[in-house]
Amino acid sequence: MLNKNIKLNTKIFDTDVERAPTRDGFGNGAIEAGEKDTNVVVLCADLADSTRAQWFRDKFPDRYIELGVAEQNMAAVASGMASVGKIPFITSYAAFNPGRNYEQIRTTVALNEMPVKVCGMHAGVSVGPDGATHQMLEDIGLMRMLPNMTVVYPADAEEARKATYDSAFNKKPTYLRFAREKTPLMTTKDTPFTIGKAYTMWEGKDPEVTIIGVGPLLHEALKAAVALEKEGIAVSVINSHTIKPLDEETILNAIKKSGAVVTVEEHQKAGGFGSAVAELLSQNYPVPQEYIAVDDRFGQSGTPSELIAHYKLDATAIIDAVKKVKKRK
Amino acid sequence: MHTSLTEDTLTLLEKKARDVRETLIRMLTEAGSGHTAGSLGMADIFVALYFHVLNHNPQDPEWEDRDRLVLSNGHIVPVRYATMAHAGYFPVEETMTLRKLGSRLQGHPERTKLPGLETTSGPLGTGLSQASGMALAAKMDKKKYRVYCAMSDGEHQAGNVWEAAMFAGANKLGNLVGIIDRNNIQINGMTEEVMPLEPLQEKYKSFGWHVLEVDGHNIEDIVDAYDKARAIYEKPTLIVAHTIPGKGIPDIEFDYTWHGKSPTTEEAKKFIEEVRSMCGKVTCGDKD
Repeated sequence: MLNKNIKLNTKIFDTDVERAPTRDGFGNGAIEAGEKDTNVVVLCADLADSTRAQWFRDKFPDRYIELGVAEQNMAAVASGMASVGKIPFITSYAAFNPGRNYEQIRTTVALNEMPVKVCGMHAGVSVGPDGATHQMLEDIGLMRMLPNMTVVYPADAEEARKATYDSAFNKKPTYLRFAREKTPLMTTKDTPFTIGKAYTMWEGKDPEVTIIGVGPLLHEALKAAVALEKEGIAVSVINSHTIKPLDEETILNAIKKSGAVVTVEEHQKAGGFGSAVAELLSQNYPVPQEYIAVDDRFGQSGTPSELIAHYKLDATAIIDAVKKVKKRK
Repeated sequence: MHTSLTEDTLTLLEKKARDVRETLIRMLTEAGSGHTAGSLGMADIFVALYFHVLNHNPQDPEWEDRDRLVLSNGHIVPVRYATMAHAGYFPVEETMTLRKLGSRLQGHPERTKLPGLETTSGPLGTGLSQASGMALAAKMDKKKYRVYCAMSDGEHQAGNVWEAAMFAGANKLGNLVGIIDRNNIQINGMTEEVMPLEPLQEKYKSFGWHVLEVDGHNIEDIVDAYDKARAIYEKPTLIVAHTIPGKGIPDIEFDYTWHGKSPTTEEAKKFIEEVRSMCGKVTCGDKD
């Protein structure tokens, strides 16, 4: 059943559940952070509307910086601004930020320990019709490999708002991953959120499998949990929004109870969130693991829901993975 | 020449430049690797910056209102370390730890290791972006400090430099001064043979910069250019400094094979003698 203690959206399983893209959460969170601290600045590379950087520009035109189509410059300019006290959010599609400007982020932000907030929008295949070039599936890997980097992938627009706001004040290089498509609001403003702290969204009685997910696909995981319960298979669902540093304690405690895990992410299997969990488990508590992830392929054009189903990232695929991993115990 | 330099100061700076060159030879020889030619070629410019141009305090490297000096082409950081040591940031003996395990003097500069470095650099082409970010933030906060960015000529083959040049010009960053070490060499040979950069000055002008050109070994000339740049407040200024790679050591001058190697112990003895005999002015003569 849903965790009653964390004030999740009561309409979470309704067909008319409220939907919003997580990038809206960025837009709102950046404004809130900007209201709190005049050092917050938002940098934009010619994608003001679709990244929601425009919302910040409308409110704080003097603290909005336009770079044009120059993501490498954006990252390094932000590093320079951070070195003299600014709190820069750099925004573009994840394919370009951190795709195009990886080395600038590595050297001038991560190694240089500058508290720049790298905001990768339109991540994952759910970008839809734009196709593979714009469907970034390698960003979690790129960012979590970097020492000093915090990596956060919010589950919905509300969590994205909190993650954006909190990251402004964590004093660390941080990667925030957002999506284009409207997805269900699972959390509310009263749901607790702390960077680095995973939480259980669903807890079956004596769970046989732990589903640990990141991002909007957690809604698919919750739908899978409901369906599995009807079949008599108990699972728990954990939202591990912070991929780095991983909340090792919460994850290990859950897996010691269930003895099997399914990781869920809209990203390449290699190097992604599931890999991070596997790294943790292989050294501490090895159990069978199945991955819901894109398996060494690029995306393609299609509608978001078609693509989520095609790449086996939906509730049906999660149900199959749970049954498979249960047999391997 | 209308410069802010007195004759006494000029004499002092020329002596400092010889001291820095001698330290460079010693530290690079001890390290057993490193970039000798470019470091020697920029000695006069770094001495002019640290001993006359920059508003800074070696006893308080994090002073909020200090001028910022960004070194974009991080591989010539030995010249920065040597000059900082002679300016009082840390003991000159520490330069002997260059490139060794546990040293604050990393092979390429790391800001978090040594106070006063401003940035972490080495991968080429990003320094002007960082300097532009600092300069823009200073304008936003109405701060008076100025931002200087030392770059190589070869790194101007990287697109990021031109993104930054466009950005600095568009934002009229009059508190930003770029300086290019125009020594004409890069790892694979002469810049104009590897991938031509010229007309470099016209490129910058078209991006909204004021451009000056100096003899990078004439300290009066260098200081004069920085004084002029201070008076140009409506746009960023670029100083193209014509330098001789390896300046001061005849065996190294103009030889691109010295880009990325250090002297042997035997060579070092001879080179130090040569540096010490550089009496008075360092002039940029034609050798070819």
